[in-house]
Amino acid sequence: MRLSLGAIQYLWPHQTVEEFYQIHANSPVDVIYLGETVCAKRRQVKISEWIDLAKELAKSGKQVVLSTLTLTEARSDMAGVTRLCHNGDFLVEASDMGAVQLMADQSLPFVGGPSLNIYNAHTLKLLHKQGLTRWVMPVELNAETLKDILADAEAMGIGDKIETEVFSFGHMPLAYSARCFTARFRHLAKDDCQFVCQDYPEGLAMDSQEGQAFFTINGIQTQSGRIQHLLPHWQEMQQIGVDIMRLSPQPDHMADVIGRYAQVIHGQSTETDIKLWLNASACDGYWCGQPGMDYIAVDG
Amino acid sequence: MELVCPAGNISMLKTAVDNGADAVYIGFKDDTNARHFAGLNFNDGTAQKAVDYANDRGSKVYVAINTYPQPAGWSRWQKAVDVAADIGIDALIVADTGVLAYATEKHPHLARHLSVQGSATNAEALRFYKQQFDIRRAVIPRVLSMAQVKRLAEDSEVDLEVFGFGSLCVMVEGRCLLSSYATGESPNTCGACSPAKAVRWVETDNGTECRLNEVLIDRFAVGEKAGYPVVCKGRFNVDGHTYHALEEPTSLNTLELLPELLAAGVKAIKIEGRQRSTAYVGKVTRVWREAIDSCQMNPEAYSAKPQWMQDLASVSEGTQTTLGAYNRPWQ
Repeated sequence: MRLSLGAIQYLWPHQTVEEFYQIHANSPVDVIYLGETVCAKRRQVKISEWIDLAKELAKSGKQVVLSTLTLTEARSDMAGVTRLCHNGDFLVEASDMGAVQLMADQSLPFVGGPSLNIYNAHTLKLLHKQGLTRWVMPVELNAETLKDILADAEAMGIGDKIETEVFSFGHMPLAYSARCFTARFRHLAKDDCQFVCQDYPEGLAMDSQEGQAFFTINGIQTQSGRIQHLLPHWQEMQQIGVDIMRLSPQPDHMADVIGRYAQVIHGQSTETDIKLWLNASACDGYWCGQPGMDYIAVDG
Repeated sequence: MELVCPAGNISMLKTAVDNGADAVYIGFKDDTNARHFAGLNFNDGTAQKAVDYANDRGSKVYVAINTYPQPAGWSRWQKAVDVAADIGIDALIVADTGVLAYATEKHPHLARHLSVQGSATNAEALRFYKQQFDIRRAVIPRVLSMAQVKRLAEDSEVDLEVFGFGSLCVMVEGRCLLSSYATGESPNTCGACSPAKAVRWVETDNGTECRLNEVLIDRFAVGEKAGYPVVCKGRFNVDGHTYHALEEPTSLNTLELLPELLAAGVKAIKIEGRQRSTAYVGKVTRVWREAIDSCQMNPEAYSAKPQWMQDLASVSEGTQTTLGAYNRPWQ
C-alpha cells in the first residue's frame, strides 16, 4: 500500500501553498497531486507555477501528477486544461473526458480522477485503451463493488495493468455547480466573488437546522460535512487490490494525519484514531455500503 | 429544431405526440434510467406500444439508459440496450462509457445520444464520445451560460440538445453525489435523487419538518408551501444563518432565449419531467411547439407570448421561473 496527497481542494494563498509543499516534500507520501481542480477563477497559483512546483517536488523523489479542472465551462477553462495536459514531463490526472481526450491524442498515460465516473470494468477497459494506467474510484462506491470491478478487470486481462487508488481521507468532493455557494453566502455575485473562499481554508460548514454537520461549502464545490477516514479499513483495502490511499489536504495537522496513516500501513502501529486532528466527525459509510455520512468502523 | 418531450407512461407519451413533440424520451421500469420512481416508466410491452404510436404519427422515441451500472447489475443495462434495439426505437440516451461501448459494438446502427448525465461540458469531451462511439447528439448540462452553449456549438461537430424547461439541477448532472451521501442512493447508481423511501414528514407544533434519512432538510411554518425534500433544496445553517444555502426551489424556462438557441445552431430542446403528469406534458408540449414554430418561421419577430409564460408558470415547481444558468452575463 502506498499513500498519495491529493490536490488541495481549497483556495489557499500562494505562500501557504508553497509552504505546504515544502513541508510535505519530505513526508511519507509516495505520490503528490498538484493543481486547481475546483474553480477556474482561482488563479492565485498560475499553471506555469504549478508546473514549476512539480519540477521542484520531483527532486525529492515523489511521483508528481498534475490534476486538471473538474468542471470546465468556458473556452479559457479548457485552455488551462490543455496546457496541463501538454506539460511534457508529468503524468496528468484527468478530471473529465475532455482531459482524457487530450491525453489520448498524445498517446500519453494518465490517471483517471474520481469524477470520471468509472463504475464498471467495461469503462475501465475502454479508458485503459486510451492510456489510463491508474484510476481513482468514485467516492460513492463500496468495497464489494470495487472487488467485483477488479475481478472483472482481471478476467478482461487488464487487472495487472491498472493501479487502483481510493479517496481515503478528507472532506469528500460530492458535487460541482456553475454557481458559487461561498459567494452566495457572502451576498456576492460569482463574477465579483472577490475570492472570498480564501477566507475558509477548510470550507464553510453547512449544517442542518438542528446543528448536524451535513455538507461543506467550497466555492462551486459541495463536499461532505464529515471527513472520510478509511485507515481502519486499510487491510481490507489491500486485500481487495487497492494500491494507493489518497489523503486530501487540510490546513491543520496534515503532517500528523499522514504520519498516522504511514505508521499503520507500514506495520509500526495499529492505532487508527485521528479524532484529535479533525475539525469534524469521521465517516466511512460509502466504503461500507451505507450512506456516505455514516461511520461504521471502530478505531483501535 | 427538434422538440423532445418526457413521458413516464403511455398516456403521457400519447399526449406529447398529439401535442406536437418531435420526439419523446422514455425509460424502463428499473434502475437503468435516471427517473427510477415507483409507478413510472415502461416495460417491454408498453415500450413497444409507445414506439408504434409515436412512429405512426411521425414522432420518434428515445430511450434513456442513463445511469451507471456496477458489475452486479451489468446484465440489466445490457438487456435494456438490447430490448430498446429490438422494439425499434430511434435513439439511445446513454451516460456510462461501458454501456456506450456495448451499444456501439452490439447495435452499431442504432443512434446514440450522450445523456446529460455524461457531464460533457467542453468540445474535447464531445470529441472523445464522437471518436469512441460516433454519438449523434449530446445533451448539455444545465450549468452552461448561453454564450458558452454558443461557443460549444461552434467548437463541436456533435449536435447539441439543451434543456428548455422543467426542474433545475443546480449541480452539474452526473457529478452530484449529495443524495447517496445522505441516503446511500444517487442518480448515478440508482436513478434516484433523495428517494421517497428515505423521506419522512413530521408534523410539529411549529409546522412541518421534512427529513431525509433523519437529517432535517427543511422546516415549514404553518401555511407555508412545503416542497419535496430534494437534498440541495433545503434550508440549512451556515455560520448562524439559516437559508437555502445551495438552491431555492425554482424551475428552468428558456422560452425567451429561443431565437439565440436557434441561431447558435442548437438542434434540440429538451423538456424535463418524466415524473410529472399527463396534464403537465400536454400543456408544456403545446406551448413549446407553438413557440418553436413561431421562432423558426420568423426569428426576428419572435417574442415569448405572455400567455405562453403564464401557461408554463402554472405548471412550474417552486414559486419562480428563471433562466437558470443560461443568462449569466459574464461569460
